[in-house]
Amino acid sequence: MHHEEVFTNRNVTESSAYYYVDIESYPTTGWDKFKQVVRRTFSGELFIGLWVVMREMIKFDIHTVQYPKEKLPLGPRYRAVHKLLRLWESGYERCIGCGLCEKICISDCIRMDTRIDENSRKEVTEYSINLGRCIFCGYCAEVCPELAIVHGPRYENASEQRAHFVIKDDMLTPLDLLKAGAQEEYPGFGAIIPGSDDAVKKTPLAY
Amino acid sequence: MDVAFIIETIVKIVVILLIFSALAGLGTYFERKVLAFMQRRLGPMHVGPFGLLQIAADGIKLFTKEDIIPQNVVKPIFKIAPVITAATAFMASAAIPFWPQFTAFGYTVHPIVADINVGILYVLGVMAIGLYGPLLGGMASANKWSLISAARSAAIFISYEVITGLSLLAPLMMVGSLSLIDINNYQAGGIENWIVWSQPVAFILFWIAAFAETGRTPFHLVANDHEIIDGFGTEYSGMRWGLFFIGEYANMFFISFVIAIIFLGGFGDGTLAGAIQLILKVAFFFFFFLWTRAAWPDIRPDQLMWLCWKVLMPIAVINVVVTGIVMMF
Repeated sequence: MHHEEVFTNRNVTESSAYYYVDIESYPTTGWDKFKQVVRRTFSGELFIGLWVVMREMIKFDIHTVQYPKEKLPLGPRYRAVHKLLRLWESGYERCIGCGLCEKICISDCIRMDTRIDENSRKEVTEYSINLGRCIFCGYCAEVCPELAIVHGPRYENASEQRAHFVIKDDMLTPLDLLKAGAQEEYPGFGAIIPGSDDAVKKTPLAY
Repeated sequence: MDVAFIIETIVKIVVILLIFSALAGLGTYFERKVLAFMQRRLGPMHVGPFGLLQIAADGIKLFTKEDIIPQNVVKPIFKIAPVITAATAFMASAAIPFWPQFTAFGYTVHPIVADINVGILYVLGVMAIGLYGPLLGGMASANKWSLISAARSAAIFISYEVITGLSLLAPLMMVGSLSLIDINNYQAGGIENWIVWSQPVAFILFWIAAFAETGRTPFHLVANDHEIIDGFGTEYSGMRWGLFFIGEYANMFFISFVIAIIFLGGFGDGTLAGAIQLILKVAFFFFFFLWTRAAWPDIRPDQLMWLCWKVLMPIAVINVVVTGIVMMF
Protein backbone atom coordinates (compact mmCIF):
# COMPACT_ATOMS: atom_id res chain seq x y z
CA MET A 1 0.00 0.00 0.00
CA HIS A 2 1.56 3.24 -1.08
CA HIS A 3 1.19 5.88 1.52
CA GLU A 4 2.36 9.43 1.07
CA GLU A 5 1.41 12.26 3.28
CA VAL A 6 0.96 15.77 1.99
CA PHE A 7 2.38 18.20 4.48
CA THR A 8 1.32 21.77 4.77
CA ASN A 9 4.01 24.36 4.52
CA ARG A 10 5.52 24.63 7.95
CA ASN A 11 8.19 27.16 7.10
CA VAL A 12 8.21 30.19 9.32
CA THR A 13 7.39 33.10 7.10
CA GLU A 14 6.20 36.60 7.72
CA SER A 15 2.68 35.61 6.87
CA SER A 16 2.42 32.87 9.49
CA ALA A 17 0.30 33.87 12.41
CA TYR A 18 2.68 33.67 15.37
CA TYR A 19 1.64 35.53 18.45
CA TYR A 20 2.67 35.78 22.08
CA VAL A 21 0.65 33.69 24.51
CA ASP A 22 -1.06 35.84 27.08
CA ILE A 23 0.16 34.54 30.43
CA GLU A 24 -1.60 36.09 33.36
CA SER A 25 0.30 36.67 36.55
CA TYR A 26 0.10 34.05 39.27
CA PRO A 27 -2.49 34.64 41.97
CA THR A 28 -1.05 35.65 45.33
CA THR A 29 -3.97 35.98 47.70
CA GLY A 30 -5.95 33.01 48.90
CA TRP A 31 -9.15 34.27 47.35
CA ASP A 32 -7.48 34.69 43.95
CA LYS A 33 -6.06 31.17 44.16
CA PHE A 34 -9.49 29.86 45.00
CA LYS A 35 -11.01 31.69 42.06
CA GLN A 36 -8.35 30.26 39.77
CA VAL A 37 -9.07 26.72 40.96
CA VAL A 38 -12.80 27.18 40.43
CA ARG A 39 -12.28 28.71 36.99
CA ARG A 40 -9.97 25.90 35.90
CA THR A 41 -12.24 23.24 37.34
CA PHE A 42 -15.27 24.37 35.39
CA SER A 43 -13.51 25.47 32.19
CA GLY A 44 -13.96 21.98 30.78
CA GLU A 45 -10.43 21.66 29.47
CA LEU A 46 -10.28 18.02 30.54
CA PHE A 47 -13.25 17.31 28.31
CA ILE A 48 -11.59 19.06 25.38
CA GLY A 49 -8.73 16.62 25.83
CA LEU A 50 -11.14 13.71 25.93
CA TRP A 51 -12.84 14.98 22.79
CA VAL A 52 -9.57 15.35 20.89
CA VAL A 53 -8.52 11.74 21.38
CA MET A 54 -12.06 10.49 20.74
CA ARG A 55 -12.22 12.50 17.51
CA GLU A 56 -8.97 10.90 16.33
CA MET A 57 -10.35 7.47 17.17
CA ILE A 58 -13.55 8.11 15.22
CA LYS A 59 -11.72 9.62 12.23
CA PHE A 60 -9.53 6.50 12.25
CA ASP A 61 -6.82 8.23 10.25
CA ILE A 62 -4.15 5.67 11.07
CA HIS A 63 -0.59 6.71 10.34
CA THR A 64 1.10 3.42 11.07
CA VAL A 65 3.31 2.00 8.33
CA GLN A 66 3.21 -1.76 8.75
CA TYR A 67 6.86 -1.98 7.95
CA PRO A 68 7.66 -5.40 6.55
CA LYS A 69 4.49 -5.26 4.43
CA GLU A 70 4.54 -1.57 3.57
CA LYS A 71 7.57 0.59 3.02
CA LEU A 72 7.91 4.31 2.91
CA PRO A 73 9.09 5.75 -0.40
CA LEU A 74 12.76 6.69 -0.36
CA GLY A 75 13.95 10.03 -1.56
CA PRO A 76 16.19 9.96 -4.63
CA ARG A 77 19.06 11.31 -2.59
CA TYR A 78 18.80 8.55 0.02
CA ARG A 79 22.22 7.25 1.00
CA ALA A 80 22.24 3.56 1.88
CA VAL A 81 24.74 0.79 1.14
CA HIS A 82 27.00 1.53 -1.83
CA LYS A 83 26.86 0.00 -5.29
CA LEU A 84 29.45 -0.20 -8.04
CA LEU A 85 28.01 0.25 -11.53
CA ARG A 86 29.10 -1.03 -14.95
CA LEU A 87 29.23 0.66 -18.30
CA TRP A 88 26.07 -0.03 -20.26
CA GLU A 89 27.62 -0.78 -23.65
CA SER A 90 30.70 -2.82 -22.86
CA GLY A 91 29.94 -4.22 -19.47
CA TYR A 92 33.30 -3.02 -18.13
CA GLU A 93 33.48 -1.67 -14.67
CA ARG A 94 33.05 2.05 -14.59
CA CYS A 95 35.60 2.43 -11.85
CA ILE A 96 38.88 3.65 -13.29
CA GLY A 97 40.77 3.22 -10.07
CA CYS A 98 41.53 6.89 -9.65
CA GLY A 99 41.35 6.60 -5.87
CA LEU A 100 39.45 9.85 -5.33
CA CYS A 101 36.86 8.13 -3.14
CA GLU A 102 39.60 6.56 -1.04
CA LYS A 103 41.18 9.97 -0.66
CA ILE A 104 38.05 11.94 0.19
CA CYS A 105 36.55 9.42 2.58
CA ILE A 106 36.50 11.25 5.90
CA SER A 107 36.23 8.11 7.97
CA ASP A 108 38.92 6.34 5.99
CA CYS A 109 36.84 3.28 5.34
CA ILE A 110 37.41 2.76 1.59
CA ARG A 111 40.34 0.61 0.52
CA MET A 112 41.23 -0.27 -3.05
CA ASP A 113 44.01 -2.10 -4.87
CA THR A 114 44.74 -1.52 -8.54
CA ARG A 115 47.08 -2.92 -11.15
CA ILE A 116 47.82 -2.33 -14.81
CA ASP A 117 46.32 -5.20 -16.79
CA GLU A 118 47.41 -6.75 -20.10
CA ASN A 119 45.72 -4.02 -22.14
CA SER A 120 47.55 -1.32 -20.20
CA ARG A 121 44.28 -0.45 -18.61
CA LYS A 122 44.02 0.23 -14.90
CA GLU A 123 42.06 -2.52 -13.23
CA VAL A 124 40.59 -2.45 -9.76
CA THR A 125 41.46 -5.76 -8.11
CA GLU A 126 40.13 -5.12 -4.65
CA TYR A 127 37.56 -2.62 -3.48
CA SER A 128 36.04 -2.70 -0.03
CA ILE A 129 34.19 -0.38 2.30
CA ASN A 130 34.30 -0.93 6.05
CA LEU A 131 30.66 -0.36 6.94
CA GLY A 132 31.53 -0.35 10.60
CA ARG A 133 33.18 2.99 10.01
CA CYS A 134 31.28 4.38 7.06
CA ILE A 135 29.11 7.31 8.07
CA PHE A 136 27.22 7.38 4.76
CA CYS A 137 28.18 10.98 4.09
CA GLY A 138 28.05 10.47 0.32
CA TYR A 139 31.36 12.15 -0.45
CA CYS A 140 32.61 9.09 -2.35
CA ALA A 141 29.58 9.14 -4.63
CA GLU A 142 29.84 12.87 -5.07
CA VAL A 143 33.53 12.88 -5.93
CA CYS A 144 33.43 9.92 -8.31
CA PRO A 145 34.07 11.28 -11.82
CA GLU A 146 32.61 8.19 -13.52
CA LEU A 147 29.38 7.70 -11.51
CA ALA A 148 30.89 4.32 -10.64
CA ILE A 149 30.35 4.27 -6.88
CA VAL A 150 26.87 5.35 -5.88
CA HIS A 151 24.62 5.00 -2.87
CA GLY A 152 21.86 2.52 -3.51
CA PRO A 153 18.46 2.37 -1.81
CA ARG A 154 19.20 -0.93 -0.03
CA TYR A 155 18.76 -0.17 3.67
CA GLU A 156 17.72 -3.59 4.89
CA ASN A 157 20.85 -5.53 5.68
CA ALA A 158 21.28 -8.62 7.79
CA SER A 159 24.40 -10.64 7.96
CA GLU A 160 26.76 -12.26 10.38
CA GLN A 161 29.44 -9.74 9.53
CA ARG A 162 29.19 -6.20 8.30
CA ALA A 163 32.01 -6.86 5.86
CA HIS A 164 29.73 -9.12 3.88
CA PHE A 165 27.79 -6.22 2.40
CA VAL A 166 30.69 -4.37 0.92
CA ILE A 167 33.10 -6.70 -0.74
CA LYS A 168 33.51 -5.76 -4.36
CA ASP A 169 31.54 -8.67 -5.79
CA ASP A 170 28.49 -7.71 -3.76
CA MET A 171 28.54 -4.08 -4.77
CA LEU A 172 29.28 -4.60 -8.43
CA THR A 173 26.32 -5.03 -10.77
CA PRO A 174 26.37 -8.68 -11.93
CA LEU A 175 26.86 -9.09 -15.68
CA ASP A 176 23.62 -11.00 -16.22
CA LEU A 177 21.64 -8.24 -14.54
CA LEU A 178 23.37 -5.70 -16.74
CA LYS A 179 22.52 -7.67 -19.87
CA ALA A 180 18.90 -7.84 -18.75
CA GLY A 181 18.95 -4.07 -18.49
CA ALA A 182 18.27 -4.21 -14.79
CA GLN A 183 21.07 -1.91 -13.68
CA GLU A 184 19.41 1.20 -12.40
CA GLU A 185 21.05 4.45 -13.28
CA TYR A 186 21.38 6.38 -10.12
CA PRO A 187 19.48 9.67 -10.05
CA GLY A 188 20.58 10.61 -6.59
CA PHE A 189 23.56 11.76 -4.64
CA GLY A 190 26.47 12.74 -6.83
CA ALA A 191 24.65 12.00 -10.08
CA ILE A 192 24.38 14.52 -12.85
CA ILE A 193 21.30 16.66 -12.50
CA PRO A 194 18.85 16.09 -15.38
CA GLY A 195 19.26 18.77 -18.03
CA SER A 196 22.69 19.73 -16.78
CA ASP A 197 24.00 19.60 -20.34
CA ASP A 198 21.92 22.67 -21.14
CA ALA A 199 23.44 24.51 -18.24
CA VAL A 200 26.99 24.08 -19.56
CA LYS A 201 28.30 27.30 -21.05
CA LYS A 202 31.28 27.67 -23.26
CA THR A 203 34.28 28.97 -21.46
CA PRO A 204 34.66 32.52 -22.71
CA LEU A 205 37.97 32.92 -24.45
CA ALA A 206 37.90 36.67 -24.78
CA TYR A 207 39.50 37.59 -21.51
CA MET B 1 -24.39 -26.12 55.44
CA ASP B 2 -25.33 -28.58 52.78
CA VAL B 3 -23.03 -30.02 50.16
CA ALA B 4 -24.96 -28.51 47.23
CA PHE B 5 -24.33 -24.99 48.54
CA ILE B 6 -20.61 -25.63 48.95
CA ILE B 7 -20.31 -27.08 45.45
CA GLU B 8 -22.32 -24.21 43.98
CA THR B 9 -20.11 -21.64 45.71
CA ILE B 10 -16.92 -23.32 44.55
CA VAL B 11 -18.24 -23.43 40.99
CA LYS B 12 -19.09 -19.72 41.17
CA ILE B 13 -15.64 -18.88 42.51
CA VAL B 14 -13.93 -20.84 39.75
CA VAL B 15 -16.13 -19.26 37.08
CA ILE B 16 -15.44 -15.73 38.36
CA LEU B 17 -11.71 -16.45 38.63
CA LEU B 18 -11.55 -17.81 35.09
CA ILE B 19 -13.72 -15.13 33.51
CA PHE B 20 -11.98 -12.20 35.14
CA SER B 21 -8.47 -13.57 34.64
CA ALA B 22 -9.32 -13.89 30.95
CA LEU B 23 -10.96 -10.45 30.97
CA ALA B 24 -7.81 -8.98 32.51
CA GLY B 25 -5.87 -10.30 29.52
CA LEU B 26 -8.52 -9.07 27.12
CA GLY B 27 -8.48 -5.76 28.96
CA THR B 28 -4.80 -5.30 28.14
CA TYR B 29 -5.60 -6.02 24.49
CA PHE B 30 -8.40 -3.46 24.44
CA GLU B 31 -6.23 -0.97 26.25
CA ARG B 32 -3.49 -1.29 23.65
CA LYS B 33 -5.96 -1.05 20.80
CA VAL B 34 -7.92 1.91 22.16
CA LEU B 35 -4.79 3.83 23.09
CA ALA B 36 -3.34 3.07 19.67
CA PHE B 37 -6.43 4.25 17.81
CA MET B 38 -6.57 7.42 19.86
CA GLN B 39 -2.93 8.07 18.96
CA ARG B 40 -3.46 7.24 15.27
CA ARG B 41 -1.62 3.96 15.54
CA LEU B 42 -2.77 0.42 14.84
CA GLY B 43 -1.71 -1.35 18.02
CA PRO B 44 -1.01 -5.10 18.00
CA MET B 45 -1.60 -6.44 14.50
CA HIS B 46 0.68 -9.38 13.80
CA VAL B 47 -0.28 -12.20 16.18
CA GLY B 48 -3.59 -13.63 15.03
CA PRO B 49 -6.43 -11.71 13.37
CA PHE B 50 -6.19 -8.03 14.38
CA GLY B 51 -3.55 -9.04 16.91
CA LEU B 52 -6.10 -10.88 19.06
CA LEU B 53 -3.73 -13.71 19.89
CA GLN B 54 -1.31 -11.18 21.37
CA ILE B 55 -2.97 -12.05 24.69
CA ALA B 56 -1.94 -15.68 24.28
CA ALA B 57 1.57 -14.66 23.31
CA ASP B 58 1.81 -12.43 26.36
CA GLY B 59 0.47 -15.20 28.57
CA ILE B 60 3.00 -17.72 27.25
CA LYS B 61 5.74 -15.19 27.76
CA LEU B 62 4.70 -14.39 31.32
CA PHE B 63 4.32 -18.03 32.32
CA THR B 64 7.61 -19.21 30.85
CA LYS B 65 9.74 -16.26 31.86
CA GLU B 66 12.34 -16.81 34.54
CA ASP B 67 11.13 -15.82 37.98
CA ILE B 68 13.99 -13.64 39.15
CA ILE B 69 14.37 -13.00 42.87
CA PRO B 70 17.01 -10.28 43.16
CA GLN B 71 19.81 -10.61 45.67
CA ASN B 72 19.01 -8.12 48.41
CA VAL B 73 15.24 -8.39 48.54
CA VAL B 74 13.33 -9.60 51.58
CA LYS B 75 12.46 -12.89 49.97
CA PRO B 76 9.23 -14.08 51.64
CA ILE B 77 7.62 -10.64 51.44
CA PHE B 78 8.85 -10.07 47.92
CA LYS B 79 7.32 -13.37 46.87
CA ILE B 80 3.97 -12.91 48.60
CA ALA B 81 3.28 -9.29 47.56
CA PRO B 82 1.90 -9.94 44.04
CA VAL B 83 -0.32 -12.66 45.44
CA ILE B 84 -1.84 -10.12 47.85
CA THR B 85 -2.71 -7.77 44.99
CA ALA B 86 -4.32 -10.43 42.83
CA ALA B 87 -6.01 -12.23 45.73
CA THR B 88 -7.57 -9.14 47.27
CA ALA B 89 -8.81 -8.01 43.87
CA PHE B 90 -10.64 -11.31 43.41
CA MET B 91 -11.74 -11.53 47.04
CA ALA B 92 -13.44 -8.16 46.64
CA SER B 93 -15.53 -9.63 43.82
CA ALA B 94 -17.24 -12.05 46.24
CA ALA B 95 -19.91 -9.54 47.24
CA ILE B 96 -20.54 -8.11 43.77
CA PRO B 97 -23.63 -9.32 41.88
CA PHE B 98 -22.43 -9.73 38.32
CA TRP B 99 -25.76 -10.75 36.84
CA PRO B 100 -29.36 -10.85 38.07
CA GLN B 101 -30.48 -14.19 39.43
CA PHE B 102 -31.69 -16.58 36.76
CA THR B 103 -33.09 -20.08 36.53
CA ALA B 104 -31.17 -22.72 34.64
CA PHE B 105 -32.47 -26.33 34.43
CA GLY B 106 -34.96 -25.64 37.20
CA TYR B 107 -32.24 -24.43 39.52
CA THR B 108 -32.15 -20.80 40.65
CA VAL B 109 -28.65 -19.36 40.38
CA HIS B 110 -27.58 -16.27 42.29
CA PRO B 111 -24.52 -14.97 40.40
CA ILE B 112 -22.96 -13.59 43.55
CA VAL B 113 -20.58 -15.63 45.66
CA ALA B 114 -21.79 -14.30 49.00
CA ASP B 115 -24.76 -11.95 49.41
CA ILE B 116 -23.59 -10.61 52.74
CA ASN B 117 -25.47 -7.75 54.34
CA VAL B 118 -22.35 -5.56 54.53
CA GLY B 119 -21.54 -6.08 50.85
CA ILE B 120 -20.12 -2.71 49.85
CA LEU B 121 -18.23 -2.37 53.12
CA TYR B 122 -16.62 -5.74 52.48
CA VAL B 123 -15.73 -4.80 48.89
CA LEU B 124 -14.12 -1.51 49.90
CA GLY B 125 -12.37 -3.12 52.87
CA VAL B 126 -10.81 -5.92 50.84
CA MET B 127 -9.85 -3.51 48.07
CA ALA B 128 -8.16 -1.42 50.76
CA ILE B 129 -6.12 -4.46 51.83
CA GLY B 130 -4.92 -4.56 48.21
CA LEU B 131 -2.71 -1.66 49.26
CA TYR B 132 -0.36 -4.19 50.85
CA GLY B 133 0.61 -5.58 47.45
CA PRO B 134 2.35 -2.45 46.15
CA LEU B 135 3.41 -1.40 49.63
CA LEU B 136 5.11 -4.65 50.68
CA GLY B 137 6.36 -5.43 47.18
CA GLY B 138 7.89 -1.98 46.87
CA MET B 139 9.46 -2.00 50.32
CA ALA B 140 10.89 -5.50 49.95
CA SER B 141 12.37 -4.88 46.51
CA ALA B 142 15.64 -3.24 47.63
CA ASN B 143 15.15 -0.66 44.91
CA LYS B 144 14.79 3.06 45.44
CA TRP B 145 12.15 3.51 42.77
CA SER B 146 10.12 0.69 44.25
CA LEU B 147 10.44 2.28 47.67
CA ILE B 148 9.19 5.64 46.38
CA SER B 149 6.32 3.83 44.72
CA ALA B 150 5.49 2.01 47.94
CA ALA B 151 5.40 5.28 49.86
CA ARG B 152 3.21 6.89 47.21
CA SER B 153 0.82 3.96 47.09
CA ALA B 154 0.40 4.01 50.86
CA ALA B 155 -0.30 7.76 50.81
CA ILE B 156 -2.70 7.61 47.88
CA PHE B 157 -4.67 4.52 48.80
CA ILE B 158 -5.17 5.51 52.41
CA SER B 159 -6.11 9.09 51.48
CA TYR B 160 -8.60 8.06 48.87
CA GLU B 161 -10.17 5.48 51.16
CA VAL B 162 -11.57 8.57 52.90
CA ILE B 163 -13.12 9.81 49.68
CA THR B 164 -14.64 6.48 48.70
CA GLY B 165 -16.06 6.00 52.18
CA LEU B 166 -17.46 9.51 52.61
CA SER B 167 -18.85 9.74 49.08
CA LEU B 168 -20.63 6.40 49.45
CA LEU B 169 -22.07 7.39 52.81
CA ALA B 170 -24.70 9.66 51.27
CA PRO B 171 -26.23 7.09 48.88
CA LEU B 172 -26.04 4.45 51.60
CA MET B 173 -28.00 6.74 53.92
CA MET B 174 -30.72 6.91 51.27
CA VAL B 175 -30.79 3.17 50.61
CA GLY B 176 -30.40 2.10 54.21
CA SER B 177 -28.49 -1.06 53.38
CA LEU B 178 -24.90 -2.03 52.62
CA SER B 179 -25.82 -5.00 50.43
CA LEU B 180 -25.15 -4.35 46.77
CA ILE B 181 -28.28 -6.30 45.86
CA ASP B 182 -30.40 -4.04 48.09
CA ILE B 183 -28.75 -0.99 46.51
CA ASN B 184 -29.55 -2.41 43.10
CA ASN B 185 -33.15 -3.16 43.98
CA TYR B 186 -33.56 0.36 45.36
CA GLN B 187 -33.04 1.61 41.79
CA ALA B 188 -35.03 -1.16 40.08
CA GLY B 189 -37.83 1.22 39.07
CA GLY B 190 -36.05 2.50 36.00
CA ILE B 191 -33.68 5.16 34.82
CA GLU B 192 -35.34 7.92 36.88
CA ASN B 193 -34.64 5.98 40.09
CA TRP B 194 -30.91 5.85 39.57
CA ILE B 195 -28.96 7.21 42.51
CA VAL B 196 -26.79 9.26 40.17
CA TRP B 197 -29.68 11.75 39.76
CA SER B 198 -30.11 12.29 43.49
CA GLN B 199 -26.40 11.98 44.36
CA PRO B 200 -24.45 13.41 41.39
CA VAL B 201 -21.73 14.82 43.64
CA ALA B 202 -21.17 11.47 45.35
CA PHE B 203 -21.06 9.82 41.92
CA ILE B 204 -18.32 12.16 40.64
CA LEU B 205 -16.34 11.86 43.86
CA PHE B 206 -16.50 8.07 43.89
CA TRP B 207 -15.54 7.97 40.24
CA ILE B 208 -12.51 10.18 40.85
CA ALA B 209 -11.54 8.08 43.84
CA ALA B 210 -11.87 4.93 41.72
CA PHE B 211 -9.03 6.21 39.54
CA ALA B 212 -6.86 6.60 42.63
CA GLU B 213 -7.86 3.22 44.06
CA THR B 214 -6.99 1.41 40.84
CA GLY B 215 -3.96 3.62 40.16
CA ARG B 216 -5.08 4.60 36.67
CA THR B 217 -3.75 7.43 34.65
CA PRO B 218 -4.54 10.81 36.06
CA PHE B 219 -3.45 9.27 39.37
CA HIS B 220 -0.98 6.76 37.98
CA LEU B 221 1.94 7.94 40.06
CA VAL B 222 2.20 4.63 41.91
CA ALA B 223 3.98 3.20 38.87
CA ASN B 224 4.68 6.23 36.76
CA ASP B 225 7.02 5.02 34.07
CA HIS B 226 8.86 8.22 33.40
CA GLU B 227 9.63 8.96 37.03
CA ILE B 228 9.99 5.69 38.89
CA ILE B 229 10.27 3.08 36.13
CA ASP B 230 7.52 0.58 36.97
CA GLY B 231 7.36 1.53 40.63
CA PHE B 232 6.74 -1.48 42.83
CA GLY B 233 6.88 -3.77 39.79
CA THR B 234 10.41 -2.79 38.75
CA GLU B 235 12.17 -5.80 40.25
CA TYR B 236 9.47 -8.29 39.36
CA SER B 237 9.50 -10.56 36.35
CA GLY B 238 7.45 -13.36 34.90
CA MET B 239 4.21 -14.41 36.50
CA ARG B 240 4.79 -12.50 39.72
CA TRP B 241 4.68 -9.29 37.72
CA GLY B 242 1.74 -10.81 35.82
CA LEU B 243 -0.15 -11.21 39.10
CA PHE B 244 0.22 -7.49 39.78
CA PHE B 245 -1.08 -6.89 36.31
CA ILE B 246 -4.05 -9.21 36.64
CA GLY B 247 -4.84 -7.65 40.00
CA GLU B 248 -4.84 -4.15 38.52
CA TYR B 249 -7.09 -5.02 35.61
CA ALA B 250 -9.43 -7.17 37.69
CA ASN B 251 -9.70 -4.23 40.10
CA MET B 252 -10.63 -1.96 37.20
CA PHE B 253 -13.43 -4.32 36.21
CA PHE B 254 -14.70 -4.76 39.76
CA ILE B 255 -14.68 -1.05 40.57
CA SER B 256 -16.55 -0.48 37.28
CA PHE B 257 -19.16 -2.99 38.46
CA VAL B 258 -19.40 -1.23 41.82
CA ILE B 259 -19.90 2.22 40.24
CA ALA B 260 -22.48 0.86 37.82
CA ILE B 261 -24.40 -0.97 40.53
CA ILE B 262 -24.38 1.79 43.15
CA PHE B 263 -24.99 4.84 40.98
CA LEU B 264 -26.29 3.74 37.59
CA GLY B 265 -28.99 1.29 38.52
CA GLY B 266 -27.01 -1.95 38.21
CA PHE B 267 -29.01 -4.63 36.46
CA GLY B 268 -32.28 -2.84 37.14
CA ASP B 269 -35.28 -5.08 37.50
CA GLY B 270 -33.31 -8.25 36.83
CA THR B 271 -34.49 -8.99 33.30
CA LEU B 272 -32.07 -9.95 30.55
CA ALA B 273 -32.23 -6.41 29.16
CA GLY B 274 -31.22 -5.06 32.55
CA ALA B 275 -28.34 -7.48 32.77
CA ILE B 276 -27.05 -6.49 29.35
CA GLN B 277 -27.39 -2.85 30.37
CA LEU B 278 -25.17 -3.59 33.37
CA ILE B 279 -22.52 -5.08 31.10
CA LEU B 280 -22.71 -2.03 28.84
CA LYS B 281 -22.34 0.33 31.80
CA VAL B 282 -19.34 -1.61 33.05
CA ALA B 283 -17.87 -1.57 29.55
CA PHE B 284 -18.29 2.20 29.46
CA PHE B 285 -16.53 2.71 32.77
CA PHE B 286 -13.72 0.39 31.71
CA PHE B 287 -13.44 2.26 28.43
CA PHE B 288 -13.31 5.52 30.34
CA PHE B 289 -10.26 4.24 32.24
CA LEU B 290 -8.52 3.76 28.88
CA TRP B 291 -9.90 6.99 27.44
CA THR B 292 -8.48 9.14 30.21
CA ARG B 293 -5.16 7.37 29.88
CA ALA B 294 -4.96 8.53 26.28
CA ALA B 295 -6.12 12.08 26.99
CA TRP B 296 -5.02 13.28 30.39
CA PRO B 297 -1.63 13.98 31.95
CA ASP B 298 -0.54 12.56 35.28
CA ILE B 299 -0.55 14.86 38.26
CA ARG B 300 2.08 15.21 40.94
CA PRO B 301 1.78 13.43 44.29
CA ASP B 302 1.40 16.72 46.18
CA GLN B 303 -1.35 17.80 43.79
CA LEU B 304 -3.07 14.49 44.39
CA MET B 305 -2.92 14.95 48.15
CA TRP B 306 -4.13 18.54 47.75
CA LEU B 307 -7.04 17.33 45.65
CA CYS B 308 -7.91 14.66 48.18
CA TRP B 309 -7.74 16.57 51.44
CA LYS B 310 -8.52 20.13 50.44
CA VAL B 311 -11.11 19.62 47.71
CA LEU B 312 -12.71 16.21 47.57
CA MET B 313 -12.97 15.48 51.29
CA PRO B 314 -14.70 18.77 52.22
CA ILE B 315 -17.10 18.34 49.31
CA ALA B 316 -17.83 14.78 50.41
CA VAL B 317 -18.51 15.89 53.99
CA ILE B 318 -20.77 18.72 52.81
CA ASN B 319 -22.57 16.24 50.56
CA VAL B 320 -23.21 13.91 53.49
CA VAL B 321 -24.47 16.76 55.68
CA VAL B 322 -26.76 18.14 52.97
CA THR B 323 -28.12 14.67 52.25
CA GLY B 324 -28.84 14.20 55.93
CA ILE B 325 -30.63 17.53 56.21
CA VAL B 326 -32.73 16.79 53.12
CA MET B 327 -33.63 13.33 54.43
CA MET B 328 -34.68 14.77 57.82
CA PHE B 329 -37.13 17.27 56.38
